[in-house]
Amino acid sequence: MPNSSGSEFTRRQLIQRAAALAVLAGPAAGVLSACAGGGGSAAGPSGTVSPTNPFGVAEDAPLDVVIFDGGFGQDYAKYDIGLYSKAFPKSQAAFKATQKISDTLQPRFANGTPPDVIDDSGDNQIKAGTLVNSNALTDLQPLLDAASYDDPKVKVKDTLLPGVLDVGTYNGKVYLLNYGYTVYGLWYNAKVFKEKNWTPPKTWAEFKTLAPQIKAAGIAPWAHAGKYPYYMGVPIMDWVGKVGGDQVLIDIDNLKPNAWRVDAVKASLNAVLEMVHNGWMLPGTEGMTHIESQQAFLDGKAAFLPCGSWLENEMRKTTPAGTEMTLLPMPDLTDKDAKPYGTLRAEAGEPFIVPAKAKNQAGGLEFLRIMLSKDAARNFAQATSSLSIVKGSADSVTNSTALTSVNKAATAAGDNLLHYRSVTDWYPTMINEWEAATGELMAGRFTADQWIDKVQAAADKVAADSSIQKFHRDK
Amino acid sequence: MKFRRLPFIAGFLFVPVVLYVIYVVSPFVQTVFYSFTDWGGFSNTQNFIGVGNYVRLLQDDIFLKAVLHNAFLLVLMPVVTILLALFLAFMLNVGGRGDSAGIRGVRGSSVYKVVLFFPQVLSVAIIVVLFQSVFRTDGRGLLNGLLIALGLVDPNKPVQWFNSPDLVLWCLLGVMVWSGVGFYMVLFSAAMQSIPKEIYEAALLDGASRGPTFFRITLPLLWENISVAWVYLGFIALDGFALVTGLTPDSGGGGPDHASELISNVLYRTAFTQGKFGLACAMGVALAVFSLLLAIVQLRITRRDRIEF
Repeated sequence: MPNSSGSEFTRRQLIQRAAALAVLAGPAAGVLSACAGGGGSAAGPSGTVSPTNPFGVAEDAPLDVVIFDGGFGQDYAKYDIGLYSKAFPKSQAAFKATQKISDTLQPRFANGTPPDVIDDSGDNQIKAGTLVNSNALTDLQPLLDAASYDDPKVKVKDTLLPGVLDVGTYNGKVYLLNYGYTVYGLWYNAKVFKEKNWTPPKTWAEFKTLAPQIKAAGIAPWAHAGKYPYYMGVPIMDWVGKVGGDQVLIDIDNLKPNAWRVDAVKASLNAVLEMVHNGWMLPGTEGMTHIESQQAFLDGKAAFLPCGSWLENEMRKTTPAGTEMTLLPMPDLTDKDAKPYGTLRAEAGEPFIVPAKAKNQAGGLEFLRIMLSKDAARNFAQATSSLSIVKGSADSVTNSTALTSVNKAATAAGDNLLHYRSVTDWYPTMINEWEAATGELMAGRFTADQWIDKVQAAADKVAADSSIQKFHRDK
Repeated sequence: MKFRRLPFIAGFLFVPVVLYVIYVVSPFVQTVFYSFTDWGGFSNTQNFIGVGNYVRLLQDDIFLKAVLHNAFLLVLMPVVTILLALFLAFMLNVGGRGDSAGIRGVRGSSVYKVVLFFPQVLSVAIIVVLFQSVFRTDGRGLLNGLLIALGLVDPNKPVQWFNSPDLVLWCLLGVMVWSGVGFYMVLFSAAMQSIPKEIYEAALLDGASRGPTFFRITLPLLWENISVAWVYLGFIALDGFALVTGLTPDSGGGGPDHASELISNVLYRTAFTQGKFGLACAMGVALAVFSLLLAIVQLRITRRDRIEF
């Protein structure tokens, strides 16, 4: 479930999947009932271009927005649609929220009649690489170069946090606007740590001293969502980048031969394995869902849990009162780590797209411009307890230890940020093997070498497969 | 009159046939067509690539593994379910003897009937949620909690159930049998009740005990129902999508490390997360061919003379 909003696996999802299957495999045919190739026009109706209407939105053109109904909820979208309707009262602007982005929208893409804006998130997101591969997306450069909503002298791209466009960039073109700003790390409950007089570890050595104390207190040092190994893959990759430096991650993403066979990868895997073999994992955590493991952590059964900054919002309803969720960057693994303490994986998530065949393409871009206004960004932070990519969006929110610690960690990290794309969104087949290998590692069935062999083989396979479009990054 | 009967019949058939062609036949034809293309699913263009997708399938380790897993379920699931359903139906209807009251089921059979049929009422989503709790991998799981309380399992090493490559398919088999057996028990019960009592009474007079009564009388007279049940259960074993997706690890299910991949969830992942609809269509065609072969083979194997009564 690699998504910033941590969608929950629900019954409804299952029923819909079952229904999708009835169509797909029952008669083993129906996949395509809705997929007969249809027409579709790219350019829609257009209005006059003006400083307040930089894309020339036709005033009476309806706007069709589809939102992922996940960790961020839908209140923020309601607010943003309201702002759009205020600007274009004659337009019928409406949004629909669903958890099944791919199942709902695939037929519309296939028909050439996609919506104007999509929040392509969740477990059922349409993989961005797939859409880029199909030339189905609008280049967002005009949006970034346009004047910002609040100040005509400042361009939209200058109102954003540094580096947030990288994730949506494919071979130099920005196709995805990742609106949420997600910080990854280890979570602990500061209240428990204060009571027990424990100090959050800054180095692996400190961690190894603390873990036996935690265990002696009857608490498991570590929990993770083993059923979805992506969650444990993140700290492994964070350590790889922290020990080995940016170039190691860049080589991995660029599918360089033997990119995984480096010391940094081995060091990271061995540290994780040491935890497994020392019995520091919550018993049974290797088969638990994200919700189960997160709840166990909140119930005080485990001291640390790797997760993204959506954790607070996702678990809000079942968090015991008094919990002080706090984010900690990954500890230094060696005393020669390439990146300093405090280095984080902080990334823009929750991708918004404008399909290339959207009827009201200009309206779609304008809607995103409105979402990037100060008003909309402040509302987003308030409604979701999450950062957005707009500078200073959460400065006015102070009632959450989680958001405060995330804000602090992100500020302290500065430019010391980690990125990796190949195993999070570029190559779905590789993601699958990377997850499978991590699951085996955490269950104690794989050694570090077996993990590396499996993931390297998957990378080599992608590199050799001419039917998969390759992506590249230099920084 | 004959020439007027034809338009009369055609008039009635027209609407259903059109609906059938649009919603059933045309997707079949399109799937076959797309299976020969490189269609990604998110555009309305595609290139014809001949049998390329089928060649890829034969070289795809994960797909071949999935075929084996489906074969495992296909062999075991119907057999176990039918044997269990037959046993239960027999006990409920003609198993309770030993006194002079004649032919009837074991004591309390009406209660058992409801209890055993109950799983059939639950939707597959509820079954998934239920068994998620039963097979939880920590001490809070129903089975693990029980085993730990009995001292059979080390609380620090609870059983991994769906997360264990050795157990996952057996757990799936168990869930499938559990959720299917009630329906077939009722089916066989109904069939047993339609067998004339005189036949049983005659057997009773001849001094036949439960075993011979079952094998010499009940089983042959139920043969037709059993063969139909076998085909249905075979289809269910070829599917299994919702259970695998919901219960097994890794995103989209099929884990750990592909130990429980089924054709249906590999197909879904290939189409919707990897964006290879052409390849997924080829898998769909393969699955359809398997299903047809299964129906033909099973109906042939189980073909017997029909007994009228």
